[in-house]
Amino acid sequence: MALKIVKGSIDRMFDKNLQDLVRGIRNHKEDEAKYISTCIDEIKQELKQDNIAVKANAVCKLTYLQMLGYDVSWAAFNIVEVMSSSKFTYKRIGYLAASQCFHESTDVIMLTTNQIRKDLSSPNQYDTGVALTGLSCFVTPDLARDLANDIMTLMSHTKPYIRKKAVLIMYKVFLKYPESLRPAFPRLKEKLEDPDPGVQSAAVNVICELARRNPKNYLSLAPLFFKLMTSSTNNWVLIKIIKLFGALTPLEPRLGKKLIEPLTNLIHSTSAMSLLYECVNTVIAVLISLSSGMPNHSASIQVSLRSIQHYLGLLAMSKILKTHPKSVQSHKDLILQCLDDKDESIRLRALDLLYGMVSKKNLMEIVKKLMLHVDKAEGTTYRDELLTKIIDICSQSNYQYITNFEWYISILVELTRLEGTRHGHLIASQMLDVAIRVKAIRAFAVAQMATLLDNAHLLTGNTQRNGICEVLYAAAWICGEFSEHLEDPLSTLEAMLRPKVATLPGHIQAVYVQNAAKLFATVLRGQEGAPADRTVAQETSQLLIDRLPLFVQSANLEVQERASCILQLVKYIQKLQQKDVEVAEEVTALFAGELNPVAPKAQKKVPVPEGLDLDAWINEPPSESESEDEGRKPKGKAVFAKEESKHTKPRYTEVDEKELAKRREVRKAEQANNPFYIKASPSSQKVYQDGVGVEHIPVVQIDLSVPLKVPGMPMSDQYVKLEEERRQKDKADKKKKDKKKRREKGEKGRRRKGDSGPESEEDITPAHMVDITTEEMPENALPSDDDEKDPNDPHKALDIDLDKPLADSEKKLPVRTHRPDEVLRSPVDDGEGVEVVPELKKKSGKEKKDKKKDKDRKMCDIQGNLQDGSQVVVSVIFENKCDSFIKAMEFNVLDSLNSKLQRPEGAGPHDGLTVPFQLPPGISNEARFVFSVQSIVMPQKLKGTLTFIVKTDDSSTHEKLDFKLHFTCTSYLITTPCYSDAYAKLLESGDLKGSSLKLEGVSQPFHHLLARICFHHHFSVVERIGSCASMYSRSIQGHHVCLLVKTADQTVSIDAKCDEPGLLGNVLDEIKLTFSQC
Amino acid sequence: MCQPIKKYLTASLPNAHPLHTYGSVRKRVKCSFIYTYIHIGSESTIKIKMQFMLLFSRQGKLRLQKWYVPLSDKERKKISRDLVQTILARKPKMCSFLEWRDLKIVYKRYASLYFCCAVEDQDNELITLEIIHRYVELLDKYFGSVCELDIIFNFEKAYFILDEFLLGGEAQETSKKNVLKAIEQADLLQEEAEAPRSVLEEIGLT
Repeated sequence: MALKIVKGSIDRMFDKNLQDLVRGIRNHKEDEAKYISTCIDEIKQELKQDNIAVKANAVCKLTYLQMLGYDVSWAAFNIVEVMSSSKFTYKRIGYLAASQCFHESTDVIMLTTNQIRKDLSSPNQYDTGVALTGLSCFVTPDLARDLANDIMTLMSHTKPYIRKKAVLIMYKVFLKYPESLRPAFPRLKEKLEDPDPGVQSAAVNVICELARRNPKNYLSLAPLFFKLMTSSTNNWVLIKIIKLFGALTPLEPRLGKKLIEPLTNLIHSTSAMSLLYECVNTVIAVLISLSSGMPNHSASIQVSLRSIQHYLGLLAMSKILKTHPKSVQSHKDLILQCLDDKDESIRLRALDLLYGMVSKKNLMEIVKKLMLHVDKAEGTTYRDELLTKIIDICSQSNYQYITNFEWYISILVELTRLEGTRHGHLIASQMLDVAIRVKAIRAFAVAQMATLLDNAHLLTGNTQRNGICEVLYAAAWICGEFSEHLEDPLSTLEAMLRPKVATLPGHIQAVYVQNAAKLFATVLRGQEGAPADRTVAQETSQLLIDRLPLFVQSANLEVQERASCILQLVKYIQKLQQKDVEVAEEVTALFAGELNPVAPKAQKKVPVPEGLDLDAWINEPPSESESEDEGRKPKGKAVFAKEESKHTKPRYTEVDEKELAKRREVRKAEQANNPFYIKASPSSQKVYQDGVGVEHIPVVQIDLSVPLKVPGMPMSDQYVKLEEERRQKDKADKKKKDKKKRREKGEKGRRRKGDSGPESEEDITPAHMVDITTEEMPENALPSDDDEKDPNDPHKALDIDLDKPLADSEKKLPVRTHRPDEVLRSPVDDGEGVEVVPELKKKSGKEKKDKKKDKDRKMCDIQGNLQDGSQVVVSVIFENKCDSFIKAMEFNVLDSLNSKLQRPEGAGPHDGLTVPFQLPPGISNEARFVFSVQSIVMPQKLKGTLTFIVKTDDSSTHEKLDFKLHFTCTSYLITTPCYSDAYAKLLESGDLKGSSLKLEGVSQPFHHLLARICFHHHFSVVERIGSCASMYSRSIQGHHVCLLVKTADQTVSIDAKCDEPGLLGNVLDEIKLTFSQC
Repeated sequence: MCQPIKKYLTASLPNAHPLHTYGSVRKRVKCSFIYTYIHIGSESTIKIKMQFMLLFSRQGKLRLQKWYVPLSDKERKKISRDLVQTILARKPKMCSFLEWRDLKIVYKRYASLYFCCAVEDQDNELITLEIIHRYVELLDKYFGSVCELDIIFNFEKAYFILDEFLLGGEAQETSKKNVLKAIEQADLLQEEAEAPRSVLEEIGLT
C-alpha cells in the first residue's frame, strides 16, 4: 500500500501540470494539434490511475483543452469522480470542469445528484459555494426538481456567502422547475430585507428578472420596491428595480405618476451613466403608459438624451418615437447628419429612426437624401439595406405618406439601376403592387415599364448573378396587363421577343411569353380599327411566329407550354387574317376581365356565412358497422361482408347530436395540441355583418395638375420640384378660397388663423388618392393580429400567481422517497389542514387555536406531527393580520417534565427559537418545531410565548403574544388499518382492559358518526355490521385501541379496550367532547 | 501580451468607482460608442440575463469562456468563432455594443485581451460594461497588475474569480473586497490541503 502511494507520487513528478501543458502548447506553435493529441493520450493514462491528485491534474488540463476547442466529453465520468473528492482542492477543479464541459444532454449529470446534495449540506461553506456555482452552469430539470428543497434551505443559511448564492441560483431552478416558484417565493421575498446587502441585491435581481417576464404577478410587490428604490444607494440594485418598474408601469398606470418624480431626481443627481440610461428608459416607458404626454417631462428627457452617448441616444430616441414623434422629429437634422457619418453602423441605426419619422411633408426630401447615399454607398450589404429601407419607408402603412405615385415609380425605376443588388424581387413586387392598386398611375407605370423593357440589356448586363432582372418580370406583366395604356405596343412587343430574352430565368420568360400574347391582342385591336394598316397586323403575327419557336425550345416547361400554345393560336389567327377576318375582338376576349388586388389575409377573413356549419356532414358518413348498412349496400360489394356480418352484432348506434358535439370538442382539443395543425384564427368566427356591397370599391381620382408624361428615363428629382410647385399652387388656391371666405365672413368678424402659420400636415393633399384596404378585404372582415406569445419561452412557465396563499399540498416541495409504499394515509383524511409528508411515517395530531389578542395580529394554527415514539413535530402557521411588518420572531415554550421543546445544541433550556423568516403584512408562513414527549398517556398543555418586533413606518415596537399548545391524547394516535381476524385475535388475547362510554341524544346518521371518529380521532373502521361497528387505532408508542360502537335510538354506546387504561380513558373523554360540541 | 492590463485600466478609467467613471470620462469615450447593426437569422435560446462571457486575444485565441446557458459544444464553438471574428474585424474607434443574432454583445478591449459579454435585448449595456470592468479590476487586484499571461497560466484562478463575482449570469457580489476575501480564503483552504504534495513535487522538479 505504502509502496503504491510512493509510486503514485513519483509518477506524478513526471506528469505535466497545467503550466507545463500551456507552455508546451506555446512551444509547439507549428504542430499544435499533434502535440495536443499526445497530451490527450497522456491524460487518458493519468485518468486510469487511482490517485485522485493525478486525476484532478488531468481534469484540469482537460478543462484547458476544452477551451481550446477539443472534445472532452469522453472524460465526463472522470470529472464526476474528481467532483466527488473529499478534498476541496480537487472538488474545486472537478466542479470547474463540470461547469465548463457539462450541458443538459450530458448523461452523467444524473449521477451527480447525490454528490451535489452532499456538498450543498457540507459544513464547509466553500464546498457549498463551489457546488452552487457549478450547479448554476449545468442545472437540468431533473437536478432542479431533486435539489430545489436543498437550495431553498440554503436560502436561510447562516452565512450570507451561501445565502446570496442560493438566492441567485433559485432563478435557474425556477426556470427549469417552475413548480418550485410558489413554495419558494415567500422565502425569496423575505430575502429582500436581508441584513446583508449582497443577499438583498441577489434577491432583488432574481425577483426583478422574474417580474420582467410576467409583471402582472408581481404588482403587489410594487410598494416594497418603491421603498427600496427610494432608500437604496446601491446603483446595481437601483438599476434592477428601475428596470422592474419599467415593466410594471404599463400594467398599473398610477404607478407611473408616482415614479416620475423620483426618477427625474435620479436623472439629475446620479453621475453613473448606466443608471441614468436606465432611468431614461423607464421614464420613456412611463410616458408611454401615461397616454397624456407631459410636455415638461419630455423636456427633461431631451436634456438627458443629449448627454447620453450617441448610440444609446439613438436607441432611446427610437423608443420615444413610438409615442412622442414630435419630440424626436425636432432632431431630424441631427439624424440626417448621422446618415453622413463615416461609420456605416451608425447610419443604419439612423435609418431605423428615419423610418418612423417620415411624414407626407418630408418623405420626398428624406428619400432624396437616401438616394444620394445609395449612389455613394460602398459595399453591397449597406446598399441593399438602404434600398430595403427606402422601400420600407415609402410603402409603410399602405403608402400612407406617398403623395405622388409617379415619383415613387420613378424612384423604383432608378433603384433598378443599382448594380448587384439582391432585392430585385422586392422592387418588382413594389412595382406590381403600385401598378395594380393605384389605378391612376397605370398609364405612367406602363410607359416606364416599356422603357425598362426596351433597355432590358442594361439590367441584364451581367445576368444570372444579380437579382435585378426580377424587375423585368414586373415590367413585362404590367406592360401586358395594362397594354391599353401603351403608346407603342408594337415596339414593346418587339422588345419582349428579342432573342436575348432567352437568357433570362425561366419564370420571367414565361411571363414574357404570356404577356407578348396580351400585347399582340392590343396591337391587333389598335390596327384593325384602321383598315389601311392591315399589313402591320399581319406583320405582327409573322413576328410572333418567327420569334416564338425560340421559346418553344426552352428547357423550362412553363415557358415551353405557354409558347407552343400561343404559337398555335397565332398561326391560326394568321390564317384568319389572310382571309381578312376580323379577329381582334375575339383575341382580346382571351384576356378580358380585370384583375383585382386581394389582400394576403383576405381569404382567412371571409366569415363563414350564416347557416353554414363547416363541421356538419355533407353526406351522412358511412356507418361504422357493416351490418346496419347491409340492406342498402350494393350486392356486388357485399362479397366479403356477407359471411362476417352474420357474426357481427349490431353495434352501430345512431350518432346523435351530443355525441357529435363531444367528438368535435375532442377533435378541437387535439388540434389545439397539435403543433402542426394550423389553427383557425379567432377572426374566422366573426360576428356576421350585413354585406357592404361591391359598389364601395373606391375609384382613384386623378389629379391632373401633375403632368403624366415625362420623357425618357424618369428622374425622381423632377417630382420633388413639381411637388413643391403643386403645393405652392394648392396653397395659393387655398389662400384665395380663404380670402373669399374671409370676405364672406368678414362681417361676422371671424378670422381664420393658420394660413400664416407653418404648413400643417393636413394641408398637403396627395396627388393620387389611394384607398386600398377596404377594397381588398372581404366585407365584414375585422382586423386581427393576434400576437401570441412564444410558447417555447421558458418564462411562460413561470407565469404563476404568487399572491394566492399556498395550498397545503404546496407548502413543501415534493421530496422523493425511496419507500413510497410505506406512506400511510388515513382513508378519511380529507386533507383539511393535515399535512401528508411522504417522508413521515406517522400521522399527525392537530388542533387549532385562534389567538385572540386585542390587535388580533396573529393566528397560530398548530398541528402536531408525530415522528418516532417520543417525538412530536408541531407545524405552526404564523399569519400577520395587522398591516405592519413583523420581524425578529422568537418562539419559546415553557418545558414540562414530560414534554420538551428540542433546541439546538448549546442553547439553554429556556432560550427561544428564532423563527427563520419575517412577515410582511397579510403574509403567512409556516415553521416547525420538534418536541420530545416521554409519556403519551396524559394530555398535555404547554404554555409558550412568541416575541416579535412590529415595524411601522416610523417606529418599531417589541411585542409579546402568549399561547398554549394543547397536546391531546388523540394526537398521539395514528390511523392504522387492521384486518378483522387480527382484530379478533387481539381482543381474544385478553391483554386489553375495557372501558365504556354512552352518548345520549346523538341524532347523526351512523356513518357520519363513524366518519367523525375516524377523522377527529384517527381511527379506522375494521368491520361494520348494521348499526354496529368495530374500530381500531394505534398510538405512536404501540398501544392498541379498539372500539365497538353501537347505536340505537339516538344513543350511542362505545365499548373500548386498550392495553393502557389511562390513555383509553383520555381518548374516550376526548371523543365525548367532540360529540358534545356538535 | 505581457503588457499589464492595469495600464489601460488606469489610463481610460481613472476613477476608483466604476459606476462613476463613465460620467467623468464621458467626453473622451463618446466617439467610441457607435452602433452596429448586424442582422442574422434569429436563433431561439433560453433567455437569461448574461448568456456568456468570452475572453480572447487579439489573435483570436480564446482565453476564457463561461456559458450561462446550456448549449452543446458545437453551438458554443460556432458562436465563439463567429463572435471573435466579428469583433476583431471592428475598428478600435467603433462602438462597444453590437447586436448579434437576437443578443446584444458588449465588449471592451484591455491591452491585448478582449472581454466580451452577451446579454439580452432589454438589458442595460452600460452596466454590462461595468461588470466587465469590475472583473478586470478584480483580476488586477488578485494577480497584481494582471496581464494576459497570468490568465493563460492560471486560467482556473480566473474562472474562480469570475464564479465568485457572477453566478448564473447575475452579478452576485458588488463589493470587490468580499469577492477577493472569498477567493483568498478558498485558496488558503486549497493550499493547506496541497502543502505536503507541493514539497514532494518541488523535489521532483528541481
